[in-house]
Parts: sequence; C-alpha cells; structure tokens
Amino acid sequence: MFNLLRVVAQRLALGLFTLLIVSLIIASIVELLPGDITQAILGKSATPETVAVFRAELGIDRPVHERYIEWLKGMVTGDMGRSLANRREIAELVGVRLSNTLFLGGFAAAIAVPLSLILGLLAALYRNSIFDRGVNLFTLTSISFPEFFVAYILILFFAVKAGWFPGISNVSTDLPLGDKLFRTLLPAATLTLVVVAHMMRMTRAAIINLLSSDYIEMAYLKGIRPMRVIFHHALPNAWGPIVNVIALNLAYLVVGVVIVEVVFVYPGLGQLLVDSVSKRDVPVVQACSMIFAGVYILLNLLADIVAIVTNPRLLHPR
Amino acid sequence: MQSMLKGLWAVPLTAKLGLVVVMAYLVVAVFAPVIAPYSETEILGASYELWSDKYPLGTDSLGRDMLSRLIFGARNTIGIALAAVTLAFLVGGATGMLAAILGGWYDTIISRIVDILMAIPSLVFALLILTILGTSIPILILVIAVLDCTRVYRITRAAAMNVVVLEYVEVARLRGEGLWWVIRKEILPNIMAPLLAEFGLRFCFVFLFIAALSFLGLGIQPPTADWGSMVRDNATLINYGDITPLLPAAAIAILTVAVNFVVDWLLHRSSGLRDPI
Repeated sequence: MFNLLRVVAQRLALGLFTLLIVSLIIASIVELLPGDITQAILGKSATPETVAVFRAELGIDRPVHERYIEWLKGMVTGDMGRSLANRREIAELVGVRLSNTLFLGGFAAAIAVPLSLILGLLAALYRNSIFDRGVNLFTLTSISFPEFFVAYILILFFAVKAGWFPGISNVSTDLPLGDKLFRTLLPAATLTLVVVAHMMRMTRAAIINLLSSDYIEMAYLKGIRPMRVIFHHALPNAWGPIVNVIALNLAYLVVGVVIVEVVFVYPGLGQLLVDSVSKRDVPVVQACSMIFAGVYILLNLLADIVAIVTNPRLLHPR
Repeated sequence: MQSMLKGLWAVPLTAKLGLVVVMAYLVVAVFAPVIAPYSETEILGASYELWSDKYPLGTDSLGRDMLSRLIFGARNTIGIALAAVTLAFLVGGATGMLAAILGGWYDTIISRIVDILMAIPSLVFALLILTILGTSIPILILVIAVLDCTRVYRITRAAAMNVVVLEYVEVARLRGEGLWWVIRKEILPNIMAPLLAEFGLRFCFVFLFIAALSFLGLGIQPPTADWGSMVRDNATLINYGDITPLLPAAAIAILTVAVNFVVDWLLHRSSGLRDPI
C-alpha cells in the first residue's frame, strides 16, 4: 500500500513538473521569433507610438524570468491579463467558454464511453464473425475521416435535409438543459463518431488479449456459461486497460473539440483559440493553450495512475 | 517475376483496393496540370455556379473552377504531407536509432525532451507556433515535422532496441564497424517493415492534421488550392443541400481509408499484430 502511494505521488510530481515545463514553453514562445514580434504582428507601417504601447502591453521591455513568473502567477490565480484584440479580461472571455466546452466534451463522452464498451465487448466475443468484420471496417473508416467531414455529413442529412436538428449550436448559459442538449446533439454525435472507433478497437484488443489466457480457458472447460465467464472472470481484469483507454480518449476529445466547435459555431474555448490565432492575439492564445494542455496532461496522468493502480506489476519497474 | 505476381495475387481485397486508390491519387497529383481543365487560381465565372458541361463541378466562392482546384489540391495537400512526414522520419528515425545504439545520457536526454513535447496536444502546439511565426508552407512543414518526429522517435527507438541486443550486431561492433555502418547494414534492414507501416500511419495522421489546419484557415494559404480550405470556403453551400463542398473532404477521407487498408495489411504481414486465437 505504501509502495502504491509512493509510485502515485511520483507520477503526480512528474505530471506537475511536465505542466511547469509546458507552461515555460508556452510563455516563452514569444521569444521564438527572430527579430521583433511587434513588427511581425503590427506590420511594417506601425508608428513608433503603437509599437511602444504594444511592447508595454506584452511586457517585452522587462526581463524574461520576471515576466514568466508574473504570467504563471496570473494563470494560477485567474488573472490572465487582457486580450490584445478587444481589451477585455481574458479570464472573463475564457470562463463561460470553458464550461461550454466541458459540457460538450462531457456530453460526447456520456454517449461514446458506454457505446464503445458494448461494441468492443461484442466484437471481442464474436470475433471474426460478420459483425466483428463489419465493426472493424466501420471503425477503420471513421478513424480515417476528417472531423469536419463527419460534421458536415451530419449537418447535411439531419439539419438541412431532414430538418430535425439545428445546424448551428448557439447555446447560452440561461438555456434550459433540455434545449441545450438538443442543440448540442449534432456536435456531440460528431465527436462520438470520431472517438468511438478508437476506444472500441482498444477495448476489443484488451478483452481478446485476456480471453486467450489460461484461466479463461479453464473456466470454459469447467462448463461455465460464456456470459458468466465474460462478466465474472474476464471483465474484472480488463477494467484497468479499459479505463486507461477511456482516459486517453477523453484527452483526445478535449483537443478534437476545437474543429467541431468551429464547424457548429459552438461558443467554446476551441473557437476562441482559433479566432485568436487568426487575429494573432498572443495573450489569449497562450491562456487557451495552457488550459488545453493542462486538461490534456491531467487526463493522461489519470490514465497513467489508473494503469498503475489496477496493474500491480507496474509497481515494480525493471 | 512470377513469384512477385503470385505474391500480389495473395494480397487481400481491401489492400489491393487501397493500393489502386493510392496509385490513382499519385497519378492525379503528378499530372495535375495535364488533367485539370482550368488553372487553380483563375477566376472564370460567377461565384457558386451549378454543375454544368463547362464547369463539371461548378465554381467556388470566388468563381474558380471546382474540379480544377480539386485536382490541383491533390498535388498541394499530398505534397506537403509527404514532405512533412519524410522530414519527420529522417529526424525521428536517426535520433531514435542513435538513442538505441548509444544509450546512456544521449538516450535519457532525448527521451525526456520527447516526453515533454508529446505531453502537449499537437493541434494546440501547432496553433501556438503558427500564431507567432505566421503561416507559410515551409513553416507549416517544419512545425508538423517537429511535432511528428517525436512519435517516429519512440517507434524507431523501441524497434531498434530489440535489434541492438542481438548477437550479430555485437559481432559487427566487436569487428570494429563504425556507427553508420551498423545502422545501415544491421539495424535498418531489420526494422524496415514496422517503419514502413508506421510511415503509412503517420502519413494519414499528418494528412488529416494539415486538412484540419487548413480547414481552420491556418494551414495552406489562398490562392493555393487545398482540400481543407476548399471545404471551409464553400461550406455555406451545404446549408442549401448542395454536396459540392463535401467533395474535397471526401477526397481526403478516401485517400486516408486507402492508406489505412494498405497499412493494415502491412502490419499483419510483418506479424506482431495478429490476434491470439
């Protein structure tokens, strides 16, 4: 038990360290530009006054380490500075959008996780059957589709041709939950289609791997019913890898959300990021990148820890 | 020759189909100026013209011929993806093999750097760098190659590790062969099969990645024809039930599916991924 806690604590420390390094990279990305960033962003025709104001705004007139520490402090306390484009507080811009993005991601996960577990289980049980081959072909295809293709196909059929769902999901905070779910159904379905394939394939592989082990064969030889073998003998050992797969795919979902938000004009963090990149609004891009990277790292860390907790062999690395 | 034909006959149907599609795309990409009826940038008619004899797939938002842009798009999109993946394989492959052979400090330092780079989601990282450096094709290729060579590094290092410990490599090194010789004659031939499959997978990934960036308006810049940005520019047509803007997206999807089919077969052939029975 003590050993377990120690390894988990080690992982947590490693995760925090990674987060710190990543924040360093994100904060210092401005230094990457050869020459002067103000020229690159404002253009050659900028007057000396605008350049001076802009430099003070970005704070490039101060030393690097001072700026970094201040920025990091701001990120942690929620004071993220102001946007260059419209002078608004970044924290204010980010707040609602972050909750919208988490809502969309959560909604997609709520559909995708059970669906892919069931499909993966069935495909493993009836492997090499027509069902398995069909599912395999379907997942291989849907992994290959760009997200915006899936999104527009759904819009074309369900929003334009059938008219069942709105093609644009403009949600606001005061919308009742039912309406919100209805309007985000198409984007959530898009994300689901993208993620399910991967999750299902990995679930199938994890279970097939288990089913080939000796103790499962023994259970079959004893004459236990197949369903019971799956649920009582195989599944308890499969949870570790499966939860790991889920966490990894949730991490993927967080990033995949960017494109889907743009297609459906969903007011989320991804849209804000893309808009700010095209406006070259550096502070907003930095803040959004840090949030995305943070969530991504945390979910990956979670996957790592789950893998360790459920598989005692990983406690003793060679 | 006969055995090669026989070998080709034994290829599963999906892989054959994939090979044919990939070949077709390459032919279109190479001979784009010959095949395309018009140029990719010339404005020919009104915007959003319908499908007609003159413009087989209509015109786009600025009145350029859709079919011609689709054909030139093959050249631009595939070309950039191939350049980025090749660069990623050169860098990632070389550092990966060196890490496997040299081990020690070199291995530790590079592996930690790769770990950190991989901890940042690549789309976010790419957007961040493109904000600072702006979007141009060389920068795009470079950014994608850097992000992608981390994955190549991991695969190459893992594959090469298994070979480095074998006796014949040790014999070669005891014989006094140089580093380059060992890489070229002993290691590379033995990890070629998984690397080739990985090349296909990476190509799919990068191809979709570029399409995504272009779709967001941050990849290949106008007026160069490119499938991702073509979808974005003409997306309004979808609201009128017109499928034309979906064609470039479908072109992306079909090529990726085809490459995946081929890779699936390659992976099965080089064993390792066979399902236990």
